[in-house]
Amino acid sequence: MKKGEIFGFLGPNGAGKTTTMKMITCVSPRTSGSLRVLGMDPQQNPAEIKQRLGVVPQETNLDPDFTCFGNLYYYSRYFDIPKDLAEKKADELLAFVQLQEKRDVAVEKLSGGMKRRLILARALVNNPDLLILDEPTIGLDPQARHLIWEKLRNLQAQGNTIVMTTHYLDEAERLCDRLVIMDNGKILVEGAPADLVRRHVSHEIVEVETSAEVIACLTELGVPFEKTGDMIQITTDSAREIARTLLERCRPEKVITRPATLEDVFLKLTGRTLRE
Amino acid sequence: MPHLLSFPRITRRAGKVWYRNMVVFVRTWQVNFFPPLVEALLYLFAIGLGIGSYIKEIDGIPYVNFIAPAILAIAVMNSAFFECTYGSYVRMYYQKSFDAMIATPLSIEDVIAGELLWGATRSVIYVIIMLPVLAAFGVVSLPIALLTIPFAFLGGLMFAGIAMCFTSISPGIDTLNYPSFLFITPMALFSGTFFPLTLMPVFLQYIAFALLPLTHLVAIMRMFTLPSLSWMILVHLAWIAIITAVFCLLSINLMRRRLIV
Repeated sequence: MKKGEIFGFLGPNGAGKTTTMKMITCVSPRTSGSLRVLGMDPQQNPAEIKQRLGVVPQETNLDPDFTCFGNLYYYSRYFDIPKDLAEKKADELLAFVQLQEKRDVAVEKLSGGMKRRLILARALVNNPDLLILDEPTIGLDPQARHLIWEKLRNLQAQGNTIVMTTHYLDEAERLCDRLVIMDNGKILVEGAPADLVRRHVSHEIVEVETSAEVIACLTELGVPFEKTGDMIQITTDSAREIARTLLERCRPEKVITRPATLEDVFLKLTGRTLRE
Repeated sequence: MPHLLSFPRITRRAGKVWYRNMVVFVRTWQVNFFPPLVEALLYLFAIGLGIGSYIKEIDGIPYVNFIAPAILAIAVMNSAFFECTYGSYVRMYYQKSFDAMIATPLSIEDVIAGELLWGATRSVIYVIIMLPVLAAFGVVSLPIALLTIPFAFLGGLMFAGIAMCFTSISPGIDTLNYPSFLFITPMALFSGTFFPLTLMPVFLQYIAFALLPLTHLVAIMRMFTLPSLSWMILVHLAWIAIITAVFCLLSINLMRRRLIV
């Protein structure tokens, strides 16, 4: 990890993302290997490490017995933050995640997006050196996701270092400076999103609707392709040419050309079989 | 993996969990302060005055005075036990509060220790509320009866520890009904509470003395409220101290086993 970067952990369900986060946050013990968080060993100095971490868990675990303000205030008390400072910080953070109007509202009354924002604010009460986000935008509508993204970019601009897991590949592509794709507890690849796409797929993808004719035609032309459900995918550096050839010679029903994305890398590396 | 009676690393941060529960308790004081008041009055009227008008006295003690310490002991038992079973289970499983807390410098050992201390504190609060009611009816003898207040902490801690052990092994919140109905309710009746132990067959007396924590709690409470202090208090205190230590340690280790995976 470099200071000031957003680092992503991607992988299918059961890949080991959350387990990794739990080991970093000193919750789960590791069975083997070594781990250093902020230069310390999570099994030796959990309290010292956690004092400097901010954690956004996958599950919403706000305290329903408190208001929004209370959630931030009493959480800061767990970090030994003095009362007046904790109060000031709680109000600042409510403003940061745009929940000032909900200051004295019980957390059950909040929408899903508001709850996630409040959890993000809660993770910041101790001015963490490292922010750990496990699926920060899970189950949110596009508006709420964009707001969270904006806040995360603000935090990065302020010099925060962020580690996140996500299932949303567009989210990873937008936010992460570097990321790893993992499966079955192993890291498959590591790099910047754009580099990974270049290295493992290519620049562009042509998608054609499957038919016996098209398959025969592509085989004849000697173009390598891959069948994915009812579409055929061709990864290429010259999508326009391929598309033109296809249209002229194979008479396909539907042809789409698009730039390759992280999702293509992800599916290529982890397969299309459903997990769990 | 540390074994089940190993001594956990608990720090003063446990106090922060205690404080969190205290804040919530005080903020909802109307619902929390009323039940012990009503409970004391109900027992006094229904059993003390109702049944008491037939029984008059037991071993030369007015019947209402005989059951007054039992009312306190049962309150100590119930408040700590239910706090650390249903209350803790809700915070652990439904509210995920423990998960949120252990993302801060608090360890799971701190969290459980805080919950146990809070359960015991709740017992103390209940006795503080009930004692003036009993005193007003003249059924406890002040000032020695004031000793029931600090003692409620020890008694509460014992039941908090026992309760937390059940919480740590309970597959769901419904299965907590078993210890409540098969352990707590019979104990409230057969621990020398509303009639002396000596009325039961001898072997049952032995069982009550050896296995029922409430027996010892009631005995000490009765020594404080009548008052009728005797050297036997040392036996009861030792029994309670040992059981408290064993179950508190056990519960913290069991909870770590349940929550840290």
